Amino acid sequence: MNATYTSPQLAAEEEFSQARKIKNAVKSLFGNPYNVIVMVTILLLVYLIVVPLIDMVSTTFEAAQRDLRRLGTGVEVGDFTLFYWNRLLFSDVSSALLYKPMLNSLCIALTVSVLSIVLGSATAWLLVRSDLPGKKFFSLAIIIPYMLPSWCKSMAWMTVFKTPRIGGNMGFLAALGVNVPEWLAYGPIPIVLVLTMHYYAYAYLLVSAALGSINSELEEMGEIAGAGKLQILRRITLPLVLPAILSAFILTFSKSMGTFGVPAFLGMKVNFMTISTSLYATIKQQQTTTGYAIAMILILISSANVYLNQRAIGSRRSYATIGGKGGRSTLISLGNWKPLVTLLLALFVVIAVIGPLLVLTLDTFMLKAGVYSVDNFSTYYWVGSGDSSIYEGEPGVLANPRFWSNTWNTLKLVVITSVFATFCGQLIGYINSRSRGRFSGKLVEQLVFVPYLIPSIAFGAIYLSMFSTASLGGLIPSLYGTFALLVLVSVVKHLPFSSRAGTSNMMQIGIELEEAGSIEGAGFFKRFARIVLPLSKAGFVSGFMLIFISIMKELDLIMLLVTPTMTTLPYMAFSYSNSNMPPYSNVVAVIMFLIVLFVYWLTNKFGNADISKSMGG
Amino acid sequence: MSTIVLKGIDKYYGSNHVLKNLNLTIEDGEFMTLLGPSGCGKTTTLRVVSGLEKPQNGTLYMDGELMVNAKELYFAPPSKRMLNLVFQSYALWPHMTVFHNVAFGLSIKKVPKDEIKTRVENALSRMQILEYKDRYPSELSGGQQQRVAIARAIVSEPKVLLLDEPLSNLDAKLRIDMRSELKRLHEELGTTVIYVTHDQIEALTMSTKVAVFFEGELAQVDTPLNVYQNPADLRVADFIGNPSINFVQAKARLEGDLLHIESDVGSFAFDSDYFTENEFPKSGVFDCVLGIRPEQIYLRSNPWQDAKEAVVYASQPAGSETLVQIQMGGTRLLVKQVGVRNYHTNQSVYATILENMLTVYNKETGKLIKIAVDLDIEAVELEAQKASGTL
Repeated sequence: MNATYTSPQLAAEEEFSQARKIKNAVKSLFGNPYNVIVMVTILLLVYLIVVPLIDMVSTTFEAAQRDLRRLGTGVEVGDFTLFYWNRLLFSDVSSALLYKPMLNSLCIALTVSVLSIVLGSATAWLLVRSDLPGKKFFSLAIIIPYMLPSWCKSMAWMTVFKTPRIGGNMGFLAALGVNVPEWLAYGPIPIVLVLTMHYYAYAYLLVSAALGSINSELEEMGEIAGAGKLQILRRITLPLVLPAILSAFILTFSKSMGTFGVPAFLGMKVNFMTISTSLYATIKQQQTTTGYAIAMILILISSANVYLNQRAIGSRRSYATIGGKGGRSTLISLGNWKPLVTLLLALFVVIAVIGPLLVLTLDTFMLKAGVYSVDNFSTYYWVGSGDSSIYEGEPGVLANPRFWSNTWNTLKLVVITSVFATFCGQLIGYINSRSRGRFSGKLVEQLVFVPYLIPSIAFGAIYLSMFSTASLGGLIPSLYGTFALLVLVSVVKHLPFSSRAGTSNMMQIGIELEEAGSIEGAGFFKRFARIVLPLSKAGFVSGFMLIFISIMKELDLIMLLVTPTMTTLPYMAFSYSNSNMPPYSNVVAVIMFLIVLFVYWLTNKFGNADISKSMGG
Repeated sequence: MSTIVLKGIDKYYGSNHVLKNLNLTIEDGEFMTLLGPSGCGKTTTLRVVSGLEKPQNGTLYMDGELMVNAKELYFAPPSKRMLNLVFQSYALWPHMTVFHNVAFGLSIKKVPKDEIKTRVENALSRMQILEYKDRYPSELSGGQQQRVAIARAIVSEPKVLLLDEPLSNLDAKLRIDMRSELKRLHEELGTTVIYVTHDQIEALTMSTKVAVFFEGELAQVDTPLNVYQNPADLRVADFIGNPSINFVQAKARLEGDLLHIESDVGSFAFDSDYFTENEFPKSGVFDCVLGIRPEQIYLRSNPWQDAKEAVVYASQPAGSETLVQIQMGGTRLLVKQVGVRNYHTNQSVYATILENMLTVYNKETGKLIKIAVDLDIEAVELEAQKASGTL
């Protein structure tokens, strides 16, 4: 069995050579494009995610030029100091800067999460498991809020409830002569309501996916065992979707914790601050370093939240896929409740979904705010050429060259970012799927997850800190005010989503298909071009669309990074609203919604993308 | 000459030691089957040869040329090894037609277009699937996909053809057809074939050599007949053969040139001509195990010569053969008889064992110490007739 095979060559080769070993190791490391790509990816991820984070942390401990006077004599720029943390945590202003806004944020996030999950889960159950009529209509209507940025809804809110006391025009109700109480116009209650109207869609998407994968035999078994409908719901269905509910909770909580647009519109004017508006305000007031410290606290809270939930879900997660075959699903009859439930849901759709859209659109056609009559109808805010008696001669949005340059910017940003993000996502997905269990794969997976933990506004702050000046001897260039920075920040922030889509796409391509290629002599690039890419095309397209929708709505992330010359549509709407020109900002919002709706329609038509995979914005 | 030499191959997946110091030589033109239960390392061995898997230790030579030297981290890429592989899952590219699947490797090698066309069509017609060349894999049946996979593997005229459980996804009838087709293909092409399977019938019927694996170690490398007749140890004996071999506990003692054996099924003495090189105690009584194939026991209803009495425990007629379990002293034996026989439970029968054909194992080491007498087919038949009393 152990045949002796003698050949002169063999005898010679068996002498071990350390030099040859090193040569071969180096050759296989660098000669294999896959290894090179993994190394470059890891380096880039470290540079774009870890370095900025460390950079920001270290900045908060260094004396800045503009604070030298306050720091006393002898302190130089870059010296170690606890001044900023002291100021944030233990000074007279800490309450206003940090504690109050943080308390506000926590209260808002908690209320929003609870309300959204109740609302989202209930609608999900009705649409997936019950015999509700008109499901097709409802299931589209229910996810429309997802397509409309949350801050657009706050604009709609203001259009309805605004009071003249704060300044600016009257809202719809005030115009009708209703005396709108202050607490309903601005502050925590409208913020909570608007955010709930937005985030319930996330809970709905997650829970309905989980409900859809439950085999109804599990519930039927409960029926056979003698359980009533409510008992089945409480003791079988609910525990099965609990993991989905918990992950909806993390998502909603961290998102409403870090959200900027809504509290900025509805809170800042009455001085109701949340941690994200406080962060924005500090940075706008040139107290950048303090702002970074706030951003870090925001990151800590959201990491803690993810960690706690991860632990809570932990082992339970395993049955998230139980009965994943789906299979048969028998609908549960609503019985006598059917008309009432349908009516309530329809009412909800009208108020929460169609209402805001309608109000926004209507308002753009009303020349004088608050006057709702036919002769007040005007297309001035859309196409008017600039009448000096209306809003200081600001021309209609479509007649404004700035709008077109902003639209061009936005589309450029969104398309380029989506292409890059999708491509990077697929590439990272490829690495993840091909190096399961290897250290490099795990490292990439972990690194890519980090941006998920960082709220958008804080992420913007990090990039502001890192790229505002050139550092490391030009290795990190100054990108502030450039288009490239907007692309970069958007691509990196969306990596968790794009790479998740990429991984599930690449997992579907069996490794043997590639091995068969390498047996035939195809190198890495040939395999990628001729086997992997053609097979991943479909996933590529749908991944692209989902990222597109998400970036289109993005305000929080680029809030701190845009400059007057480099502005996008969401920012344009924001600044119109900030300068008290609501009809204009409403026009921009409506246009954005139409673009998103169009892309969503395309997505549904040309790819079967799962919209719940892109909860980026 | 395309001899493949594996020396001292070790392969770990994490802390899992999958191949343990594997040494194996595969001669040119051989049909070598790697056989063993699942998880024994046979597919890993195939993948090490193909270059898809990098072992942590050992060397691999093909045609005298160094392909793997794990110590120096030298691994020739699969494409340099002049081989091709048929995957268990076929791994046909779903986005390419049959023609392009088969042509892929040639186009990578920049073979001229018209030559590609002739060679691909040759390979397809050899596998009798030329008519499907413009179809996509999803439009073919399992058996047709299998043929495409083989056509893709042979079109590049590899020196070595690797097949990883190629028949496991086919139904029973197709499997038998493909078996003979693969055997013909091997004879026509004359390439070296390495064939991985857990199906011993495939191994015994197709190969020129069989390598039996257990838990990452080679247990035996031999001709199919020898693996069946003289399994190297108790594990191989138990694994090969269906219905499986009878093991009988016995006492053995060496006296001069003769090994005397006492057991429930009888007393035997074997000449040292049939001993193997494996160790066993040269003095005193030691425990041994006899291996008796079910077809090497003959049953008669009436006493005859030195036939030993036994009682029928259960009888299972199956048309072409009848399996009978008999109780002989404290030992239960399985007997395979050709044709339909009728026994009822607890009936007395008289059994004759082809004692020359039985194998003896040292119980302590599990190794074969006495081989079956190497009779030619006619002699075996003569013995059998004698034993069954028809002569």
